[in-house]
Amino acid sequence: MSTTVLPTYDDAVARYEPVIGLETHVELGTNTKMFCGCPTEFGAEPNTQTCPVCLGLPGALPVANRAGIEATIRIGLALNCDIAEWCRMARKNYFYPDMPKNFQTSQYDEPLCVDGYVDVDVDGETFRIEIERVHLEEDTGKSLHVGGATGRIHGATESLVDYNRAGIPLVEIVTKPVTGLGARAPEVARAYVTELRDIIRSLDVSDVRMEQGSLRCDVNTSLNKPGEEWGTRTEAKNVNSLRSVERAVRSEIIRQSGILDAGGSILQETRHFQEDTGDTRPGRSKETATDYRYFPEPDLVPIAPDPAWVAELKAALPEKPSVKRARLREEWGISEVDMQSVANAGAVELIEETIAAGASPAGARKWWMGELARRANETGVELAAVGASPAQVAQLQALVDEGKINDKLARQVLEGVVAGEGDPAQVMSARGLEVVSDTGALQAAVDEAIAANPDVAAKIRDGKVAAAGALVGAVMKTTRGQADAKTVRELILARLS
Amino acid sequence: MAAISREEVAHLARLSRLAVTDEELDRFAGQLDVILQSVARIGDVAADDIPPTSHSVPLTNVYRDDVVQPSLKQEDVLAGAPDAAEGRFRVPRILDEEE
Repeated sequence: MSTTVLPTYDDAVARYEPVIGLETHVELGTNTKMFCGCPTEFGAEPNTQTCPVCLGLPGALPVANRAGIEATIRIGLALNCDIAEWCRMARKNYFYPDMPKNFQTSQYDEPLCVDGYVDVDVDGETFRIEIERVHLEEDTGKSLHVGGATGRIHGATESLVDYNRAGIPLVEIVTKPVTGLGARAPEVARAYVTELRDIIRSLDVSDVRMEQGSLRCDVNTSLNKPGEEWGTRTEAKNVNSLRSVERAVRSEIIRQSGILDAGGSILQETRHFQEDTGDTRPGRSKETATDYRYFPEPDLVPIAPDPAWVAELKAALPEKPSVKRARLREEWGISEVDMQSVANAGAVELIEETIAAGASPAGARKWWMGELARRANETGVELAAVGASPAQVAQLQALVDEGKINDKLARQVLEGVVAGEGDPAQVMSARGLEVVSDTGALQAAVDEAIAANPDVAAKIRDGKVAAAGALVGAVMKTTRGQADAKTVRELILARLS
Repeated sequence: MAAISREEVAHLARLSRLAVTDEELDRFAGQLDVILQSVARIGDVAADDIPPTSHSVPLTNVYRDDVVQPSLKQEDVLAGAPDAAEGRFRVPRILDEEE
């Protein structure tokens, strides 16, 4: 296997057409679990948020959480799905200790929502991703594997299980196979998950954080020669960031192409995406695990959403993220490409809130897309978690607008804010970063610069105003950058006119 | 014809991680066959106008409000577990070596 020569990506997509499919799981942000009243808060002591229902103790009976049903229907509506008039939950039976019941309550052939679509934009081109189904199920417990290498299940001698997460409502969104993407497949896959995240976030039903596992994605990829039937697909799991979605599809296209080029065949299997190398490795073999022996859950009565209720939920859906982006683009006066980068950076709401807190659109965008985006990238966190709030960014820009700090000082102030030293005004005074607004001190620095550069001063006196830049630079140097360049320039010109 | 084969019983036993002997397979296959054939007789009287029934009560949409109820204490949760460690259920190795 290791002797297979991998083709370049360009060669791979020149010879084969990729078909992709995405299965996305969204953990809902309800107060309680799907079938019992246990809390869902993250980070509690193990097995302190469990009860006879979610532990599967004999005789315990589940009752569905209305909020979970409602959130699933709203997700379905936002993805342009039809909502089932009548459907049932089902038992998915399997023998694995992450569910104490030995089955997961899920949906099988009667999903709550079917036949939707999401339109995603990539570089100005729109791709329609069709949604096969949106169904409701419950999350599983968390296992700690002991005795093997770095917590892996392989080689572990035993496992320790925490059922706090078992029973938290989970919505699964499955696309139809997406064809005709060619070389764009990886980008489109990423754009789809991004759009899905934004849509669900706008519904306020989940915090949809990939790094925390409330949004998880499995990526299916297959290759076929043009005009031939679809190839065998593989499923990549453990894809934990938007960037990884793109990388997983890309690396799988290259890997499969290498095998097919060499006359080999693709094994239908589950593979694990490796964050460090960006490729996939074989996972646990599926054995007979697909034999889940689904049957209707007898302990939960059928779900028959009242059409009037569904219509009400549909009418109350929030503005679609794509529509909202178009509106904000207009309001902010920026290009489509710029708006796309704002959306890709997850900065739409942050900039919106910064503007609401008083900043100008340009000022708000400058910080989030510049200094803060760079920091988020470097430290590998989402922009929202970078350590500065919209209110703080608005205050920072206000300090710049008031002439208390210049952009260079503002970057240092922001550094302090991100480091948790307080609000911009506090950081500014604590670090002594305020611009020299003492006109006397500035004037002295200006006079000193003029005296030190008589040639330049003479040019300015002769009307060559552009030469003032050299003197501004000299003043900025003596004030260690803590002067407002515009004020300095005015003082110089006033002195030499 | 039997409603369930010996192979199917062996397959179900494997899915359920039950170690069943050859002798038991023969016995269970026979017993399960009697049960399945009895249940199958319901199909003989079910006419086309009778929809398949999964629930015995004619109810739909039974929900509860999204309000937190007290959970069990950790010590009570683990009291019935065969083994526990670090506040968690302790279970034997999940994957066999050959898997």
